[in-house]
Amino acid sequence: MARITAGVGCSHVPAIGAAMDLGKTGEPYWAPCFAGFEKSREWIKEADPDVVFLVYNDHCTVFDASFIPTFALGCAAEFAPADEGWGPRPVPVVRNHQVMASHVAQSLILDEFDITIMNEMEVDHGLTVPLSLMFGNLGVDDEWPCLVIPLCVNVVQYPAPTGNRCYNLGKAIRRAVESFDEDLNVVIFGTGGMSHQLQYKRAGLINKEWDIQFMDRLTSDPVGLSQTPHVEYLREAGSEGVELVMWHIMRGALDDEVEEVHRHYHVPASNTAVGHIILANKKDLGVSI
Amino acid sequence: MALKKDYEDIPGTLVFDADRGREGYHLNQFCISLRLQKNRDAFNADEGAYLDRYPMTAEQRQAVVDRDWNRLLELGGNIYYTSKLGANDGITFQQLAGLMTGMGNEAYRKMMVEGGRSPEGNRYQHEWDEEGET
Ligand SMILES: [Fe+2]
Repeated sequence: MARITAGVGCSHVPAIGAAMDLGKTGEPYWAPCFAGFEKSREWIKEADPDVVFLVYNDHCTVFDASFIPTFALGCAAEFAPADEGWGPRPVPVVRNHQVMASHVAQSLILDEFDITIMNEMEVDHGLTVPLSLMFGNLGVDDEWPCLVIPLCVNVVQYPAPTGNRCYNLGKAIRRAVESFDEDLNVVIFGTGGMSHQLQYKRAGLINKEWDIQFMDRLTSDPVGLSQTPHVEYLREAGSEGVELVMWHIMRGALDDEVEEVHRHYHVPASNTAVGHIILANKKDLGVSI
Repeated sequence: MALKKDYEDIPGTLVFDADRGREGYHLNQFCISLRLQKNRDAFNADEGAYLDRYPMTAEQRQAVVDRDWNRLLELGGNIYYTSKLGANDGITFQQLAGLMTGMGNEAYRKMMVEGGRSPEGNRYQHEWDEEGET
C-alpha cells in the first residue's frame, strides 16, 4: 500500500522563485534564506519520495473571482507553470500520479470532504516555489524527480477553511493514501506563510515569536494548534499569514508522534518571514520502501 | 442575524471577505485579466477602451487610472489581483508595499531587512488612534 512517511512545511514566497530563476541565490540578501534548504535537499534525496502530495494555494492566477473552491484537487495528467504577469517560471512541467489522484478524490468525497476535481489546471508560485526549494534549480527541459498531486486551498477570500477542518482533511488524505494498493512512499507538503502582510497600511508585519511557537507546537501540540481562530492569524501573523492553515493539513496526515528532522527560519524574503520544517513519523525514521 | 466580523479592529488591514469580494468583483476580474500578455498589450495600447469591457464603478475605474493602490483595496480590490496591475506597470509586491504604507521603497525595504514591522502597537485599531492623538 501507499504510505505517507514525512511532512514538509515551507513558505512559497514568489520572490524566492524569482531569485532562483534570475541566479541571485548567492547574493548577500538571499544567501541566508537558501542556506537553510541545503540540508533539506539532502534529506529529500535520501527520502526519495515516489509522490509528493502538495498542499498550496493559488494567488488569483489560475482561479479568478468567478469561482472559488475551498479545496480543489489536481487530477489532470500534468500541470504547466502559469504566467502570473511576469511570464511563466522556467521550471519543469509538474506531472501527476493521475491514477492515485482520482483514487484520492473518490476516497475524500466518500469521507465527506466535498472537494472540487480539477481536470485542467495550471499552477502558480504557490506550488512551484516549494518544489524548487526542495529539489533545487531545474529548467524547463528537466523533470521533477517525483510525481506531484496538487491540492489547492482557498486562503485568499475570507474565510479560509478552519484549522480544525484542515487538520481533519489531513487525516482523510492519509486514509485515502493508505487505501491505495501500489507501494508508494508519499511525502506531504503544507506550504505558505509564515507571518506576512502584503496589503494596505500595516504591510510588512512580521511576528517571529508567534511563528516560532507555531513551529514548536506542530510537534508538541498539533491538535491544540489546529484550534487557532482565524482572527489570531490575521492579527498576529498578518492578513496573508492565514495561509498557515495549510500546514495543518500536512500535520494531520502524519502520525501523532513525529520527530522534527530540520527547521529553518529567516526574515525577510521580500515581505515575508520564511519558515520551513521537516517532520518524520517516528516509526518511519530512516525507513524507505 | 449578521455574522460577527471580529477582524475589523485590526489597524491598517482590510480583510478580503465575501462582502469585499462582491463589491470588488469586476475590478478584480479586470486585474486578473492582465496576467496574460495579449491583454496587457491591449490595455497598454488603450487603457480607456480596455476598461470599458469591465462594468466597475466610476470610483473603481478612477482608482485604476490613478494607480491609487490603497483606494483599490478600499473599493473591494484584493492585493493578489491588484498586484497583476502592478506587474503590468513593472511594480513588484515589495514596491507596492512601499507605496501602500506611504514609506517609500527604500524605507520599507530597510524595515523588512531589519526584521519587519513589529506586532507591538499594531494589533488593535485603538493603538493606532491613541498614537495619532499624542
Ligand atoms: Fe501564498
